[in-house]
Amino acid sequence: MIRLEKRKEPSKFWRIANPFLAVALTMVAGGIMFAMLGKDPITAIRLIFFDPIFSETFGSYSRPQLLIKSAPLILIAVGLAIGFKANIWNIGAEGQYIIGALFGAGVALAFFPAPGWYIFPLMVIAGAFGGFLWAMIPAILKTRFNTNEILVSLLLVYVAEKILAAMALGVMRNPDIAGFPGSRDLRRYEAAYNAELISGTGIHWGVVAALIAVIFAYAMMTRHMLGYHVQLAGQAPRAARFGGVSPARLVVICLGISGALAGLAGMFEVSGPGGQVRIEFASGYGFTAIIVAFLGRLNPVGIVLAGLLLGLTYIGGELGQMMLQLPGAAIQVFQGMLLFFLLALDFQTNYRIRLTQGARA
Amino acid sequence: MKRLLMTAALGMALAAPALADTTKVGFIYIGPVGDHGWTYTHDQARLAVEAEFGDAVETTYVENVAYGADAERVMTQMALSGTDLIFATSFGYGPDMNTVAARFPNVKFEHATGYIQETDNVSLYNARFYEGRAVIGHIAGKMTETNRVGYIASFPIPEVIMGINSAYLHAKAVNPDVEFNVVWVYSWYDPAQEAAAAEALIEQGADIIMQHTDSTAPLTVAQDAGIYAFGQASDMSAFAPQSHLTGILDVWAPYYIERVRAVQDGTWEAGDVWHGIVDGMVGFAPLSDLIPEDVRAEAEEMIAAIAAGEYHPFTGPINKQDGTPWLAEGETAPDGDLLTMDFYVEGITADIPN
Repeated sequence: MIRLEKRKEPSKFWRIANPFLAVALTMVAGGIMFAMLGKDPITAIRLIFFDPIFSETFGSYSRPQLLIKSAPLILIAVGLAIGFKANIWNIGAEGQYIIGALFGAGVALAFFPAPGWYIFPLMVIAGAFGGFLWAMIPAILKTRFNTNEILVSLLLVYVAEKILAAMALGVMRNPDIAGFPGSRDLRRYEAAYNAELISGTGIHWGVVAALIAVIFAYAMMTRHMLGYHVQLAGQAPRAARFGGVSPARLVVICLGISGALAGLAGMFEVSGPGGQVRIEFASGYGFTAIIVAFLGRLNPVGIVLAGLLLGLTYIGGELGQMMLQLPGAAIQVFQGMLLFFLLALDFQTNYRIRLTQGARA
Repeated sequence: MKRLLMTAALGMALAAPALADTTKVGFIYIGPVGDHGWTYTHDQARLAVEAEFGDAVETTYVENVAYGADAERVMTQMALSGTDLIFATSFGYGPDMNTVAARFPNVKFEHATGYIQETDNVSLYNARFYEGRAVIGHIAGKMTETNRVGYIASFPIPEVIMGINSAYLHAKAVNPDVEFNVVWVYSWYDPAQEAAAAEALIEQGADIIMQHTDSTAPLTVAQDAGIYAFGQASDMSAFAPQSHLTGILDVWAPYYIERVRAVQDGTWEAGDVWHGIVDGMVGFAPLSDLIPEDVRAEAEEMIAAIAAGEYHPFTGPINKQDGTPWLAEGETAPDGDLLTMDFYVEGITADIPN
């Protein structure tokens, strides 16, 4: 007979081992899926996980692309993880990402075509502020009216998408091209262009910002009082309250930080790889970052690895489609499996599976 | 300097595959190949290219590619893998395609419905779908009993606005009382939203639905409600045989085959074409028996007249929505006006969102 036994303390070993195990299981289950689709599973797995980095044909281009794709995921996930640790669930990073991009692009378009070194820094501030502002809506509604931040932040994504469409069709539309939606191409406006810092490396300011955010979050969570409060509120909310941690303050801080970082990610994207405000600008980074945060164990260093891994599946997934004609949906299933296996495996972090003999009295 | 080296390296990487016999053709799609709409028709044309050239071509595609960084990356990876000709089949790929095209001067690029052409390896092609819209507008005007036609629109861009105007003008010509209700879903393919839009339009009294979106959802909603509808892009009659009157077909295969052959012959040159019924790029699903015989005959007549160049769907006098004159008596719309169209014609009561 199988019996579940709650562990006295979550297993440290499984906490670390599970993500790796989840990746391995995803490869096996994904391989089976690819085989069922009539594709060679070994080739498919190789295309997704190895070719973007090691292939002679694609590597030199894909490696920098990996940074471009992973940087926003990491930047957003680092912020989300802080809140998740305190049981504050910002599910609407996608919306904060969009609003951050709009604020950043708004500054750029307001200055166009003036040159000036100060324009880009202003855009950075505006981007962070936009994301912060959008995250304050669920924060204030929660602290004032005790609404559920999961629902409010999620629904605000759809509001943000509508605002994005309105901007791309309305005030931010490129006046030089009649009739077409979409703003000016910021990549062609030097003062606002978030260009590669070193050509051919994929490193732009967003990558630098992600790195700084990771270091900052790590220091905060391990060395700073606020980090301690966050952990305490997550693990023992009652104790935290007795310890003088204000839950309302924590909600505002956690949502504020994650919103600002998501806004930054959007701003770096719209001024660099994305290039312009368009109706279809948002591509799901805010949602994928949730997978990244969990896969990275809500730990800043883990998030870096998880972000790179998810970035890899995107780029590898495209190669898989192109070279092997894997369906696009199969890649999404593949990413979903990753989260599924991780959550399933996490069960054994908290529980022990025991095989017992005979019936208990 | 570094950039120069990179370009040189990329150039060398390209030189080798160009010598091979097989022509590699890549396609990037905005939607899934199974949408039965826009992307489906492009993929059918890709298969037609394979059927035409057999082993002499190798085609590949990536579906659901978002505009922006993703599109740029997919096209770059295609170029790096030795693709000779890339078809980007959605309007929004323009800036990304031109960026990649500048980096790979030996690769040929074809952009559907685009308008940006910065290098001489970027070609543009589009279909005069407004010709088809005129025909279905005529049928709708004749057949509506509530005098309300529902129109599911995607994005307020010239292509879509032009379609609404064309359909409206021809419905109005045969039915002065007709009104158009337009719902914008801000997506090319979103079955749930399209179905919701169809339901809303039916509630507003529409008894015929037209769509400028790609899923079959509006058709099935129309059939459930017992009203008529037009398909989009491919022959969707099988999805709603009791509702489907006809549909405008996107027929890309002849153009794709012609362009692939040009690459093989070394005669490919960047162009900018806008093909209509006469060139076979705009077609029609079989006109259903649900359409009264005389209306069917009129529709056939109009198709023939457009194909023969005897009739232009935008022939004056036509005023803009605000009453200002656009086309004088007998004047036909210049292509430039159509391609940048951002106004409704007189009589439409809705507003273009902005």
